[in-house]
Amino acid sequence: MNFLSLFVLIPALMMMGLFLSNSRKQLLFFMTAGASLLMIFSTVLTYMYFTERAAGNAATMLFTADTVWYSAFNIHYSVGVDGISVAMLILTSIIVFTGVFASWKIDPLPKEFFLWFCLLSSGVYGFFISTDLFTMFMYYEIALIPMYLLIGIWGTGKKEYAAMKLTLMLMGGSALLLVGILGIYYASGATTMNILEIAKLHIPIEMQYYFFPLTFTGFGVLGAMFPFHTWSPDGHASAPTAVSMLHAGVLMKLGGYGCFRVAMYLMPQAAHELAWIFLILTGISVVYGAFSAIHQTDLKYINAYSSVSHCGLVLFAILMMNETSATGAILQMLSHGLTTALFFALIGMIYGRTHTRLITEMGGLMKVLPFLGVCFVIAGLGSLGLPSLSGFVAEMTIFVGSFQHTDLFHRVLTVLACSSIVITAVYILRMVGKFLLGKIQDPHHEHLTDATWFERISVVTLIFFMFALGSAPFWITNMIHESVLPVIGQLVK
Amino acid sequence: MDYSSFLQMNEEFSLLMVMLFLLIYDIFAGEKGSKYFQPIALVLFAAHTLLNCIPRDAFSIAGGMYQYVPMQTYVKTILNIGTFIVLLQAHKFLNEDANRIKRGEFYFLTLSTLLGMYFMISSGNFLMFFIGLETASIPMATLVAFDKYNRKSAEAGAKYILSAVFASSISLFGMSLIYGSTGTLYFSDLATLITASPLTIMAFVFFSVGLFFKISLVPFHLWTPDVYEGAQTNITSYLSVISKGAAVFVLFTLLTKVFGHLVTQWQPILYGLAVVSITVANVFAIRQQNLKRFLAFSSISQAGYILLAIISGTALGMTSLVYYVLVYMFSNLAAFGVISVIENQTKKVLMSDYNGLYQTNPRLSFVMMLALFSLAGIPPFAGFFSKFFVFSAAAQQGYYVLVFIALLNTIISLYYYLLVIKAMFLNKSENPIEVVKSDFPVKLSFVICTLGILLVGLFSTIYDQIGLLSFGM
Repeated sequence: MNFLSLFVLIPALMMMGLFLSNSRKQLLFFMTAGASLLMIFSTVLTYMYFTERAAGNAATMLFTADTVWYSAFNIHYSVGVDGISVAMLILTSIIVFTGVFASWKIDPLPKEFFLWFCLLSSGVYGFFISTDLFTMFMYYEIALIPMYLLIGIWGTGKKEYAAMKLTLMLMGGSALLLVGILGIYYASGATTMNILEIAKLHIPIEMQYYFFPLTFTGFGVLGAMFPFHTWSPDGHASAPTAVSMLHAGVLMKLGGYGCFRVAMYLMPQAAHELAWIFLILTGISVVYGAFSAIHQTDLKYINAYSSVSHCGLVLFAILMMNETSATGAILQMLSHGLTTALFFALIGMIYGRTHTRLITEMGGLMKVLPFLGVCFVIAGLGSLGLPSLSGFVAEMTIFVGSFQHTDLFHRVLTVLACSSIVITAVYILRMVGKFLLGKIQDPHHEHLTDATWFERISVVTLIFFMFALGSAPFWITNMIHESVLPVIGQLVK
Repeated sequence: MDYSSFLQMNEEFSLLMVMLFLLIYDIFAGEKGSKYFQPIALVLFAAHTLLNCIPRDAFSIAGGMYQYVPMQTYVKTILNIGTFIVLLQAHKFLNEDANRIKRGEFYFLTLSTLLGMYFMISSGNFLMFFIGLETASIPMATLVAFDKYNRKSAEAGAKYILSAVFASSISLFGMSLIYGSTGTLYFSDLATLITASPLTIMAFVFFSVGLFFKISLVPFHLWTPDVYEGAQTNITSYLSVISKGAAVFVLFTLLTKVFGHLVTQWQPILYGLAVVSITVANVFAIRQQNLKRFLAFSSISQAGYILLAIISGTALGMTSLVYYVLVYMFSNLAAFGVISVIENQTKKVLMSDYNGLYQTNPRLSFVMMLALFSLAGIPPFAGFFSKFFVFSAAAQQGYYVLVFIALLNTIISLYYYLLVIKAMFLNKSENPIEVVKSDFPVKLSFVICTLGILLVGLFSTIYDQIGLLSFGM
């Protein structure tokens, strides 16, 4: 146990606080206090990380700690962070913080909602700080199961169907993953489940052929890889605002992070040999997701399909297996996390006012909701990759990296994936044009009120970080770049 | 003759004393004394549990008829805790006017079956084993038919006794074949004498049917849903946890100790049984509306998962098995406890009756949810750890495909467990179940189960303790 475990302990303490509180005021107090604490803590962690690195500490993982848990299976509770995890922890803190403000008026059963919300976030935090395969998997599952109740109780639309579908598909993914993890552990002959230690060993290539696809697909399900993406549109569309934000913003990143940290890092040979299959699948995700988004009329479905496309790009970039594209992939995780959370937050706020999410039934909302409208446009521009917003940096890095491959196969796929940017522009601009601009369609919409203070906090925070990442990316790219090197080094060996 | 060595059978004698005392007390106690019958019984049983939870050194008495290894203490303690929880949950039911007169019998019969299981676990000879098996199953049939004016209960009792006797006679036939081919019934001698000849293989197959019946593996499970549904709910929970737990442990020790030479024969058999049990039970469970039948099928599939630990045949598998039984006990007893509390007061057992339960009974729904999540293997609850260890034990021996099939089945099982959770939390109901009142012992049992579900996984000491002893097996 070291101070990194605070990331899991603070949500646990928040849950206790929630248990004891009996009014909405107290609930919100505990939630905002805890979320702010997590924000501050991740800032402090980033600062410590930089000072440690500046002092010349070149270890793969910093601040590691290790406690024996189940000795019979060599399960340790081991934690540690590198640049990628730090970036992900910052992202999680931002989304949790803004998610609390976005669910300020959640109804019914606010206490239960926040309890599950805290459990979900503790799972996500735990996943990013773990360096042990078992604890990683455990936290992964902890993050999955609250989704069922969160969507089922507080969702909208076909919520029961969507909740069941999402839970079962993601659990299916984790079943593949568990076989993969057990395979890695026993096939490597390791005497530990620590990822860093297993990476030093060599897993026989024929075993890698079995377990790489299992592990990659297992995580890929959560990363919305085609054809296992179908949970995402239904799930995200039905989930309550804060849950959509956290799920699309952070939870889907668990998939990409896991693919990179576990599947590719531990089984590099098979990754080399089999990457083409997954490149094709993720390539389909990227293009197909974007095309599907064009066709949708429900705001949440549009954004959910756009998430499929953008998260596909993360996996796509990881599979390109060079430093630049891998750095781009991590940047894309951050960028997509922020953008999509902002989108979902805004959609939730607009839906709360208009009670419809169909763009065909809305129009001219910019006139009545100027603040939300402008923020929506900013989110859209960030998503389609406007320079100075985060999306541009990420996509640029990814495609620069992908173009380093000169063979025909990679070229064709890269060009296809690039085309998704154009398609993104189509659906974003069409959506903005349809429901924000033009004439007001429904007379009831003329008297809507603009964002309240807590909604503004949530939105402005997200936009601030989008700008920060987009205009001054160097501080975070350096951190990410030096941390992808060990994995890439393993891959090119 | 020197009988002093008999006194080494601590557990058995102490349980026998509790039983006899309760029987006599029940007969002679007056109006006033009978008020204290249940508290005294519970305290005595708790004392019995505590006194016998420290492992001793291994020994064997009565010429090898009775063999003790330290691991058995843990298994017996797990059974004791389980029985204690069942007795706590039955407290209210037995205090009702109609049942007060039958309390003594209830305790005596329950503890007799437990005594039978003790002997079954510690037996060193097939005869002893058979006596234990029968002592465990015949009072059990009486217990199943305990509610004799209820047609379903009486029917369930008849079904249970008929199929149990059939199964044990086949088992007995298998034992006779073993005796015929080797000339002895002592486990220690058989370990070397049994070789893979057709006769012994046949003997093994016949013999094991009796145990498979007890564990209720597919295709020996057909009695399970009917009996579970018909029996009084506390008996059902006893049947599904204690009886099953004892049988799986015995199966493991017999397979490794006695039939060790037949390992190439029994591994494929268990492989097939595991796959079939898990899959068939899961598919059937999906369509159940009666929650007792539902949990019956769920317990069949849980037994299938336990086979994964048995099939590994290693010390790791042994530890995982005992640990799995412990966790399964807490989770299943919690689930059955909720059902029994609600059934006792409202007579409602259908899943549709549970709609909107969270609105009226938030605590009960919470316990039920924990239990189901633990059964489904969701972290951070104990069921996740026990499942992981069982799978890990099988994967260590290279059974990746089996683990994969089992894991796919956990998704199906998650689906039907979520159906119950959906009914309780998501569905709305016009007339939900009224606020259910439960007395102190029932609450205590829920506290024990909840703590078990929450803490057994997070603290590895329990697993390590079991693991220390499993290497001697």
